[in-house]
Amino acid sequence: MDNIAGSKSSLSWAVQISVVLLVALWIFPTLGLLISSFRTADQISNSGWWSSLTTQVKQNPAIRVAGVEVEQDGVFVIEGRLFTAANVVIEAWGNNANRPQEFAPGDVADLGDGVTLTVAEDGAYRLASPVSLGDGRLPRVFTTAATPPEFTLGNYENMLFNPANIEGMAKAFFNTLTVTIPATIIPILVAAFAAYALAWMDFPGRALLIAAIVGLLVVPLQLALIPLLKFHNQIGIGKGYLGVWLAHTGFGLPLAIYLLRNYMVGLPRDIIENAKVDGATDFQIFTKIILPLSFPALASFAIFQFLWTWNDLLVAMVFLIDSSGETTVMTKQIIELLGTRGGNWEILATAAFVSIAVPLVVFFAMQKYLVRGLLAGSVK
Amino acid sequence: MNPALQGLITIIIGVGGCVGYFYFSNVFLDKVLFPARGPQAGRNINRANMIRPWLFLFPALAALGLYLAYPVVETLRLSLTKRLPGGGSEWVGLANYNQMFAEPKFWEALSNNMMWLIVVPAAATAFGLLAAQLTDRIKWGAVAKSLIFMPMAISFVGAAVIFKLIYDTRPLDQAQIGVLNAVWLQFNGGPMSFFVLRIVPAVLLAAFAGIVAYVGWLFVKPMIQPEGGRKVPAATMPLRVLVGLAAIWLVFLSLRSVIGVFGYQFPYGVAQNWLTIPFWNNFFLMVVLIWIQTGFAMVILSAALRGIPEETIEAAIVDGANPFQIFFKIKMPQIIGTIVVVWTTITITVLKVFDIVFAMSNGQWQTQVLANYMYDKLFRALDWGVGSASAMIIMLLVSPILVWNVYTARKEMR
Repeated sequence: MDNIAGSKSSLSWAVQISVVLLVALWIFPTLGLLISSFRTADQISNSGWWSSLTTQVKQNPAIRVAGVEVEQDGVFVIEGRLFTAANVVIEAWGNNANRPQEFAPGDVADLGDGVTLTVAEDGAYRLASPVSLGDGRLPRVFTTAATPPEFTLGNYENMLFNPANIEGMAKAFFNTLTVTIPATIIPILVAAFAAYALAWMDFPGRALLIAAIVGLLVVPLQLALIPLLKFHNQIGIGKGYLGVWLAHTGFGLPLAIYLLRNYMVGLPRDIIENAKVDGATDFQIFTKIILPLSFPALASFAIFQFLWTWNDLLVAMVFLIDSSGETTVMTKQIIELLGTRGGNWEILATAAFVSIAVPLVVFFAMQKYLVRGLLAGSVK
Repeated sequence: MNPALQGLITIIIGVGGCVGYFYFSNVFLDKVLFPARGPQAGRNINRANMIRPWLFLFPALAALGLYLAYPVVETLRLSLTKRLPGGGSEWVGLANYNQMFAEPKFWEALSNNMMWLIVVPAAATAFGLLAAQLTDRIKWGAVAKSLIFMPMAISFVGAAVIFKLIYDTRPLDQAQIGVLNAVWLQFNGGPMSFFVLRIVPAVLLAAFAGIVAYVGWLFVKPMIQPEGGRKVPAATMPLRVLVGLAAIWLVFLSLRSVIGVFGYQFPYGVAQNWLTIPFWNNFFLMVVLIWIQTGFAMVILSAALRGIPEETIEAAIVDGANPFQIFFKIKMPQIIGTIVVVWTTITITVLKVFDIVFAMSNGQWQTQVLANYMYDKLFRALDWGVGSASAMIIMLLVSPILVWNVYTARKEMR
């Protein structure tokens, strides 16, 4: 718009580059987590995710030789491999922490008393001794190896499909889903009827009610925690799904009513009046005309409520999760993992991405409605 | 019972119940209570139409009243009472508030919250405005926008994990896997470090001071030298003075920081535990929320920028305005209403921020905020009195925005 008085190509390049930088800055954090979730624990802790595509030449921590001793022609031999990964290439190795790069692959190291150790390029080692080594401590091997990039789906398998893994996300995933779906659907209907009354029916106190709903829009839900928990305990719901569904419904209603009412007010008056003249009742007008026409607004709110309930932590912690932890949701599970597995990024990254993935899919699929809802929903 | 099945049944009961309620209550009203026939048909129709709105509204009003309005009152009551061991409660007046005001942790939470309230809305709005302004002018702007907007879909907890990976610290003999430390260890105090860590921040701070001074001047100028005899409306005077004072303060702060940047001793070569550095760790937490909220600001401001009539800009260009003047004098005044909306919406989000602090630092190392303080009091210390009192403080901070929103909404409806 600025450059209508003649295009400035240099400026437009500056804009392009700035946008590229801005976008890069914004997706960089998420990208880091995504890539980390596909790397093995070893790789994550040995190099930053940004170097995950390059071959890593690095000194590995010491690995102690282990294996079954076999007697061959009077020589006691232990053979095995240092690495489970197939494509590691050893550049140098040693058996002394002070000289970790003493030998080249294939060299034979004399460990004294006639004991020899040799390590091949691919990590296969052979320890030979004239007498049985028995239960003595076997030597350690220090290696400098080139590890090519490696990606794995193992983290996801472990976190989602491993029933033995008590830290897995599968249960929490279904719990989150169980919270989210009713908590998204129920408020829509309740709000739609109320919004219709506020938009198209005349009654005293209507303006006041709308103002009250605008006010409730910003009431922090923190205020509701204790009174409602007390209330739920009194009526016997306690902590559980029913409580969390009700709570999400109550907290979502102001936005739902506000969004839907703003949209319904904008519908053409003629249609509704014609229908009334033709003898339609309010109930019929609502179900046959208003509801189908309001689909975009309903979709907007549904996305908001879905994202909000899916991503919620506080309401779930207060109204749902009891001490048994059977009903834990994904956000809570991630918090637990942050506490117990703070350094295990292959677990954390995968858990976080499992929980992020669904909202991201919804976001990219229904962005149009989300934007529309945002534009209508912010109080102007 | 299987929770999924329970959920399905709840959906059916919930949806079916709603539809059933609305349908049968309408039928009851029209056919039984006030039937539209007989001698009083006309009066009955009128009566039914008077009651019908309340039938439509009843479930929503009941839920709103119970889940939002009643708790405000109840929390206020709880904040003035003390729980007694056998159940029941005792009126203690303002004792809970006094106890809370005596706690240093509360003041820490409040002052941190104030910092959040200033930095996050300002930064998110500014980045959002920048992103909106830039992406509106390029071909692939829509893609860029949706990528910047994406963090909106990510939960605060997910974002906390994402940023914990960025702030991760390893002992010096291991490779750093956190981006921030990996970058930080590149600095060694040489000329490059001098340029990046001293000159660049100083220039940015000076530029910031310059922009703030310019904006402040735009606000104050009409009071000192009215243009073309137009008088400034008295109602905007306090706002103008406030903006002017805030601008002077910010300029002072940033100029002082410019000097500070040159004097500061950076701990080169030592991997930093970013989340444990007092004071600055608050900013590392704020970055998470700014990252999330920028997309929101961008989407709304971009729509506002597109709504600006082209003629006003063309006229300004014809009159020889430079891009800065166009932006600050032509565009800004036309979208200022939207900026206020974005700002207040983010402010409310900030006041309620809980998950990020809870997940990343849990209020340790002087990063406490009100919402997390309240959670601590309610569910760890089980002190409902002080917890409710701190909730009331959050409510108090929200209420100016609440009043303002209600006021503008009512004005718009007329």
